[in-house]
Amino acid sequence: MSFLRLLARNRLALAGLVVMACVCLLALVTPLLPLAAPDITDTGNRFRPPFSEGALLGTDHLGRDLLSRLLWGTRLSLAVGLAAAVTAAVLGAAIGIVAGFYGGRTDNLIMRGVDMLMAFPYILLALAIVAALGPGLMNALIAVAAVNIPFFARNIRGVTVGIAHKEFVDAARLSGMSDLRIVLTEILPNVVPVIVIAMSTTVGWMILETAGLSFLGLGSQPPVADLGSMLGEARAALITSPHTSVVPGAMILVIVMAINLLGDGVRDALDPRLKSGALNRPLPATQVARDAPVPAAQGGAALLSIDGLKTEFRVKGRVYRAVGGVDLDVRPGECLGLVGESGSGKSVTALSVMGLVASPPGVITGGSVHFDGQDLIGARYETLRRIRGDRVAYIFQDPQATLHPLYTIGTQLVEAIRAHHAVPRAEARARAVDLLGAVRIPNAAARIDSYPHELSGGMRQRVGIAMALANDPDVIIADEPTTALDVTVQAQILALLDELRRARGLAILFITHDFGVVAQLCDRVAVMYAGRIVETGPTDAILSRPAHPYTARLMACVPAPGGGRRRLATIPGLPPSVDDLPAGCAFAGRCDLVQDTCRRGEITLDPLTADRAVRCPTPLRAGAPAS
Amino acid sequence: MTPALRLTDLSKTFDLGKRLIGPPRARVRALQPLTLEVPSGETLGIVGESGCGKSTLARMLVGLLEPSTGRIEIEGAPLDRADPAAFGRRIQYVFQDPISSLNPRKTIRQIMEAPLRHLHGMTRAARAARIAEIFAAVNLRDAFLDRYPHEFSGGQAQRIGIARALAAEARILILDEPVSALDVSVQAQVLNLLADLKTQFGLTYLFISHDLAVVEAVSDRVAVLYFGSVVELGPAERIFARPRHPYTRLLADSAPVVGRRLAAPEGRETELPDPLNPPTGCAFRARCPRASALCATVPALRPDGDGTEVACHHPLDPEQG
Repeated sequence: MSFLRLLARNRLALAGLVVMACVCLLALVTPLLPLAAPDITDTGNRFRPPFSEGALLGTDHLGRDLLSRLLWGTRLSLAVGLAAAVTAAVLGAAIGIVAGFYGGRTDNLIMRGVDMLMAFPYILLALAIVAALGPGLMNALIAVAAVNIPFFARNIRGVTVGIAHKEFVDAARLSGMSDLRIVLTEILPNVVPVIVIAMSTTVGWMILETAGLSFLGLGSQPPVADLGSMLGEARAALITSPHTSVVPGAMILVIVMAINLLGDGVRDALDPRLKSGALNRPLPATQVARDAPVPAAQGGAALLSIDGLKTEFRVKGRVYRAVGGVDLDVRPGECLGLVGESGSGKSVTALSVMGLVASPPGVITGGSVHFDGQDLIGARYETLRRIRGDRVAYIFQDPQATLHPLYTIGTQLVEAIRAHHAVPRAEARARAVDLLGAVRIPNAAARIDSYPHELSGGMRQRVGIAMALANDPDVIIADEPTTALDVTVQAQILALLDELRRARGLAILFITHDFGVVAQLCDRVAVMYAGRIVETGPTDAILSRPAHPYTARLMACVPAPGGGRRRLATIPGLPPSVDDLPAGCAFAGRCDLVQDTCRRGEITLDPLTADRAVRCPTPLRAGAPAS
Repeated sequence: MTPALRLTDLSKTFDLGKRLIGPPRARVRALQPLTLEVPSGETLGIVGESGCGKSTLARMLVGLLEPSTGRIEIEGAPLDRADPAAFGRRIQYVFQDPISSLNPRKTIRQIMEAPLRHLHGMTRAARAARIAEIFAAVNLRDAFLDRYPHEFSGGQAQRIGIARALAAEARILILDEPVSALDVSVQAQVLNLLADLKTQFGLTYLFISHDLAVVEAVSDRVAVLYFGSVVELGPAERIFARPRHPYTRLLADSAPVVGRRLAAPEGRETELPDPLNPPTGCAFRARCPRASALCATVPALRPDGDGTEVACHHPLDPEQG
C-alpha cells in the first residue's frame, strides 16, 4: 500500500501506469472485440486512409485492417517483450547470485564469461543468435533475453556480494542452513527489489529490441503482425501512405514511454536509498523557524555561546525534539565535554552550531549561537560558509567516511585551505605538509600524496584533525573523534588534541559517551539526556560528586578497570522517545529517587554552586561520593 | 576433565590478490600457531587491537573460516568442518553488530526457528515451547516474535542474537564484541544477562573485546593478542593490574580512566607493524621500551607462575604496580 502511495507521488509514473494499464487491458480483450480479421488480405482496398468506412485507422499494403493488426500486434509485442524480460531477469539473477554468493574462482569464471557476452554490440549478438537459430518470434525472444542476461547478472552479482558478507548470512550458516537454503531464504528476499527495479527499467528496451528484430524480418513471420513487422512492412510506403508507419510507430512510442516513466517511478519507490531521502538534497544550511525572541549571548568571556538552542526533526507529521533548549559556552583554550548516550541530542547540538543539520527534516526552532558576538542561527549562507572550516572546524567520528576516497589527502587539505584563503597552490601544499607534521604523521612530505585507504585508522583521524586545523580555527567541534580507534591510538590522538589546544588557544567542544576520555581531556563537562542538559560543571567535581541521579547512575554502569569480576550496575528501561517526552523530568521513569514534583511542570537547570548547575528538584548531596 | 575447547597449533594465513590460476600475490599471517585450552565453565577474555587476529580466531572456532594449520577439539572431539549443522550444535557465535546479524526481511520468529529446525529438527509445537523458554531466559516478550528486526533497539536486538545462539543448545558461545555497539547503560544490562545465562545453562564463553574494563569485569582468564600471537595469558584480576608483558602494560596505561591524568604512554608516531612486511623476532620489539638484541628471536609463550603465561624475553616484574 505504501508502495502504491509512493509511486503515485510521482505524477509522471502515475500517468505511465494509467497508460500501461489501458494498453494492457486493450491487449487482453483484443480477441473479444468486434474487429476485422487481422490477416485477411483484400488487395482491392489497399492503403485506405484513416477514418474511412469499415477501417478506422485505414488499411495496409495488402488491404488488411490496421486497427485490428495494431491491437493484435501490440498483444504479441507486449507478450514477447515481457517474456524476454522475465527470462533475462530469472537467468541473469540466478547467474549473478551464484557468482556473488560463492565468490572467488566461480565468480571470476562466470563474470569473465558475462564480460565476453557484453563485448559484442547487442544487435550484432542478437543477429548472430537469430542467424544460428533461424528467424521466428520464439528465436527473437531467445536472442533478446540472451542479450540482456549480462545486465541482470552484473547488477545482481554486485548486490549479492554485499549481502553475502552480512553477518546474518553467517548466522544462518551457524543455524545449520545449507547453501541452497541460504540463497533462497536469506539472499533472494533481499535481492528481489533490485531485480524488480532492473526489470522495470529494461522492459521497454526489450520490447523495442524485439520490434527491431521483427522490423528486420527476423522476428514475427508474415502474415502474423507484431509492431516491429508492421513497421517493417510499411517502410516501402513511408512517403505515399505515411499512416501505415505512423500507427505502429506511435504505439511503440506510447508503450515504451509509459513503461519507462513507470519503471523510473517503481525504481524510486523501491530503492531504499532514494526512499530514505538521498534524492531530497538537503539545504546548504539548516532551516530556521524561530518564533520566540532571540536570546542574547549569556557566557561573558565565551568565544562560542549557545543559548536556548532548540532543534527538531519533522518527519511524517511527527516532531522529534532532538535538542530541547541547550545552553553551553566555550572559552578560548577551554575544552568542554558534552556527554550523553545515543539519541540524547549531543551530535545534533554540535551540528546545529554551524547549521549542518540536514534540512529537511531538521529545523532550528529557537535559541541562538553566538560566535565572536555574531548570531549564527539564521545568518546568511555566505556568512556561514565563510566561518565553516575557517573559524569553526569539525572533526567527525569516522575519518574513513569524511575523507574523499578518490583524492589524495594532500589534494583535500589544499582544497580546504584554498576554499578560504586565496593562496597559491604551492604555498597551500607547503602548509599542508606542515599540518601533517603538526599532527605527527611520520614522513609528512611523502605521506601527503597517499590516498585515504592507504592510511591506518589512527593516521586517517590525524588527517581529519589536520584538516580541521587547516585554517587555524578558533573553535573545534569534535564529535566522538576517537570512538572508532584502538585504545593505544586513542591515547595518542587525545594527547595531540590536548597539546594543540594549549599551544594554540583552541576552544574545543568535545562530544563523547566515554567518561574516561572526558576526565582526561575536558575542563568542564555537560551531561545530556533526552535533548537537554541535566548537569554541568567542572569535570573533577562532577565525576567525583555527581549531583544528578542520571549522571551518577550512568557513571556506575561503566566498569572501572581494576575491579575484577563482578555484576555491573544498570539503569533499567530506556530513554524516552523525543517525539513523546513526559511532563517534568525525562529521567523520572528510570530514577529510583523519583518524587511527585519530578513529574510536574518544567524542571529548570538550577545553580548548585558557583560553577555547577543541575536539572533536578532533589539533587544528590554534593559531597556524596559517586556510587 | 576434558576441556571445553582445545586448540592445537591453530593458525590462519590469508592469500591476498588471488589470481585465476597460479599462486597468490602475497600471503598474510593473520594468526600465528596458537595452542590453548579453555576449561568447561570458564570465561576466557580475548583482548587486542584491530588487526590482532581476534576475529579471525573467532570465525575459525565456529567454522566460518577454515584453519590453515592445526586442529580444534570441542569437548574432546575434533571439529569436522564438513557438516555445519554438527558444528552449530556444539559452538555458537554472538555477533558484534546486533542489527546487521538479523535478516531485515524475516520476523524474529523465523530467525529464532532456523537453528531449532535445521540443527535439531524439532516439530512446530516443540519449537514454540523452546522459543518461549529461551525468550523468558533473556527477558524478551513473546509479542516481539512477529516483529521485524528494524523495530528493535540495539540492546533488544543483541538479546535476540543471544537468544538465537542459545537456541542451538551449544555449550560454548563465542561472544565477538557483543556490547561494543551498545550504550553503556544497556551494555551493563547485557553483560549481567550473559553472566546469568552462563550459570543457568552451564556455558563456556570466549569473550572478545577491545575494552579492557569490560573484559576484566566478565572474565576468569584473559589472553592478550598482539599481531596474531598471544603475548600474555593470565587471571583477569591480575593481568591489567600487574601486567607482565610490556604490551599488556601499554594497553592498560592507554585506557582512559576517570582520575588518571592524560599522558600518551608511548611515542606518538608508533603504529602496528605492516602485515605484508612482518617484522622479525618479537613483533612488539619496535614499540617496546625494554627491547634488546635478544628480542630478534621470537619469544615463546611460557609459564611464569600463578597461572600466567607470557611471551617475552624481558617480562615486567610482577611486584611492580
